[in-house]
Amino acid sequence: MSDSHTAPGGASHGSVRTYVTGLILSLVLTVIPFAAVMSGAFDTGTTVLIVVAMAVAQILVQLVMFMHMNTHSDEGWNLTSFIFTLTILALVVGGSLWIMHHLQLNMMIG
Amino acid sequence: MATQTMNNPDTPTADHHEHHDDGSTRVFGFWVYLMSDLVIFGSLFATYAVLSGGTAGGPSGKDIFELPFVLVETFLLLFSSFTYGMGVLAMNDNRVGRVKAWLGITLLLGAGFVGMELYEFHHLIVEGFGPDRSAFLTGFFTLVGTHGLHVSFGLLWILIMLIQLSTRGLTPMTRPRIMCLSLFWHFLDIVWICVFSFVYLLGVL
Repeated sequence: MSDSHTAPGGASHGSVRTYVTGLILSLVLTVIPFAAVMSGAFDTGTTVLIVVAMAVAQILVQLVMFMHMNTHSDEGWNLTSFIFTLTILALVVGGSLWIMHHLQLNMMIG
Repeated sequence: MATQTMNNPDTPTADHHEHHDDGSTRVFGFWVYLMSDLVIFGSLFATYAVLSGGTAGGPSGKDIFELPFVLVETFLLLFSSFTYGMGVLAMNDNRVGRVKAWLGITLLLGAGFVGMELYEFHHLIVEGFGPDRSAFLTGFFTLVGTHGLHVSFGLLWILIMLIQLSTRGLTPMTRPRIMCLSLFWHFLDIVWICVFSFVYLLGVL
C-alpha cells in the first residue's frame, strides 16, 4: 500500500539528474566566490558583489533542486510561507542594521 | 483505545491517525518550523553584522579565519546534502538497504563537518580568542555555534532514523520522518551558504 504513496512535500519530482545538477552548480557557485576572495584579483566592491550574487544563486539552486520548493506542491503554501519569512527577515535584518548604523553614527562610537 | 490516543496523541503507535493524508501535512508543518528557525538565524546574522566591528583590540575576521579550512567544511556539508538526496531517491524506490547506506554516508560527512568546527572552536579558544574576548567573537561563536548545534542534532536524528529503518523499515510512519529530516538537512546547508559567504568570505576582505 505504501508503494502507491508518492513522497510528500513534492519530493517525488526529484531525480538523480536534478540532484547531480544541483551538486555541480553548488560546487561551481562555491568555488567562484572562494577563488575571488583568496586570489584577491578584484577590488573590494566587485568581490563583495561576486560573493553576494553567488550566495543568492546557490541558495536558489538548493531551494529548487534539493528542497523542491515550487508553486504546485502543498498548493504553493511552502513558497508562500517562504516569501512571508523573507519579508520578516528583511524587516529584522535590514531594520537592525539600519537602526544600529544610525545609532553608531549619532553616538560617535568607535 | 480512546484513552490511549488521548494520552498519546502524537505517539507513533497512533498509526490510524496517519491515514488521513500521505504525510504531506506533517512535512509541510515541519517546513513552517524551518521558516521560524530561519528567523532565528536571521536574528543571529543581524546580531553578528552589528557586532562584527567590535573587536575590542582583539583579532578581526581577517586574523583568525582560514579559508581553505572553511572550503573543506563547505564541501563536506554540500556532499552530505547530496548523499541525503540520494537516500530520498532510494526511499522512493523502496530500497531500504540503500536508504540506510546513503544515510550512513551522510552521517559520516556531517560528523566530519562538526568535527572540523569543534577543532576550529577549540583552536580559537586555546589561542585566547574565545567568545569572551570581544563582541565580534561573541557574535561569531553564537551564530556559527548555533548552526553547528543544529547539525549535531541532525546527526542524532539520522542515527535515530537508521535505527528505526532497521527495526521498522520503510512505513507510512518512517517515510514522512525521512522527508522532514531531508528538509532539515538541506536547510542547514543553505544556512551554511550564508555563513561562509557573509561571515568568512566577507570577513577576510
